[in-house]
Amino acid sequence: MSIPADLLYTDTHEWVRIEGDEAVIGITQFAQEQLGDLTFVDLPAVGDTLATGQEMGSVESVKAASELYSPLAGTVSAVNDALSGAPELVNQSPYTDGWMVRVKLDGKPESLLSAADYEAVVARDAH
Amino acid sequence: MSDLLQTPLSAWHRAAGAKMAPFAGWDMPIQYPTGIIAEHVQTRESAALFDICHMGEFTLRGAGARDALSRAVSHNLETLKPGRCRYGFLLNEAGGILDDLIVYCMAEDDYMLVVNGACTASDFAALRGRLPQTLAFEDISARTAKLDLQGPKSFDVLEAVLGESFRDLPYFGFRSVTFGGATLLVSRTGYTGELGVELYLPWDKAEALWTALLADARVKPAGLGARDTLRLEVGLPLYGHDLDDTHTPAEAGYGGMLTNPADYVGKGADREVREPLVALSIPGRRSARHGDVVALPDGTVAGVVTSGSFCPSLGYAVALARVAAAHAEAPAFVVKATKVELEATRVGLPFYTQGTARAKLV
Repeated sequence: MSIPADLLYTDTHEWVRIEGDEAVIGITQFAQEQLGDLTFVDLPAVGDTLATGQEMGSVESVKAASELYSPLAGTVSAVNDALSGAPELVNQSPYTDGWMVRVKLDGKPESLLSAADYEAVVARDAH
Repeated sequence: MSDLLQTPLSAWHRAAGAKMAPFAGWDMPIQYPTGIIAEHVQTRESAALFDICHMGEFTLRGAGARDALSRAVSHNLETLKPGRCRYGFLLNEAGGILDDLIVYCMAEDDYMLVVNGACTASDFAALRGRLPQTLAFEDISARTAKLDLQGPKSFDVLEAVLGESFRDLPYFGFRSVTFGGATLLVSRTGYTGELGVELYLPWDKAEALWTALLADARVKPAGLGARDTLRLEVGLPLYGHDLDDTHTPAEAGYGGMLTNPADYVGKGADREVREPLVALSIPGRRSARHGDVVALPDGTVAGVVTSGSFCPSLGYAVALARVAAAHAEAPAFVVKATKVELEATRVGLPFYTQGTARAKLV
């Protein structure tokens, strides 16, 4: 299972990459494998403000639908428009081309998980 | 897991990395690592192999079998000749569908019935009660494997593996050949809309045939996930979703095939239409799902979605929905999906029209 050490995670299977005063958010390799082939990705709009834990969108696969939760507080500065026509990018490259939202941080993110902690979450949910 | 029934291929699927899930009490592959969309496209463009061993098979033999079976199911058996099979229904007295099934005419007064896995036990009990005890009626499901080879290249592959031609088989025609010293029934039928065969053979020969077919590079395994998107694209109903015991064949669009002249259980009532199925095209990638409410554009509730999915070969979503007869001719509906309303247009079936199932081969 691919869990890059340089990212932070949530127990709802989002990942976060901190870049200065911004953060990039997506869903993990484990999440995309559990969902299967994605067919639809619904993302927030640029300018939306997000609170930690707030529902910010959803993803659908052939067999399932799942909500996306904001791992942190901030203002949406960009979204990955390529996903509207090619949601499969999330399956193919969840940590790179399949990124979802870029957020201007409102303070320091709290209670995100390290890669090691997230590995334990995956072990719990993978049964 | 331990109490799930295992097909002869359950271990093969797991070793291949398939996602397994319970289906009709069986441990079945939903998808392989390639994913549902790739398996769907493989079936439309080349050939795919499905493990369908969970389905049930019965045999019925003896003098008077035709007349007795004609009173038990909706199929017109007067016009069903040896070597041909026919789709139809097992009904209750109210015309509700207990199951949809295919009846194979093996010879005069000699039939095989193929039923849904989840209905096998209840179908057998219902039919046994309707058939005279003088007829030999047997559930052969536990020793009968079923593999579906589907796709435009399926006949090329089958002929390469078995060493004989099947191009003379008409749609819904079948014949038996020998494979590994056992009888293999090759039926030109399927649940994908593509050219293909359903293959019936002894349980202990299934893995040998599965492996031989997959040795051909034109074939890849496909799971029940792709089977569901393939059948929905061509508008084939799924029992338990689009068909159930409180709705009739006529409501599912099969009124025209109720030509059995015998006085079968459910006759007459099976033509009643209160809540017909309608086909909905939903622009965009967002799916309607089983159970979503369907309304008219003015908000009047009309019915409920029975099947819905994004369709890989169409590039948009479709649904089947059961609506009140008074609203069945409405040109447009709104599907109340989770958190969003989807605009839907009523269309004809099939949704996907390029299927090769009826291709002329000779």
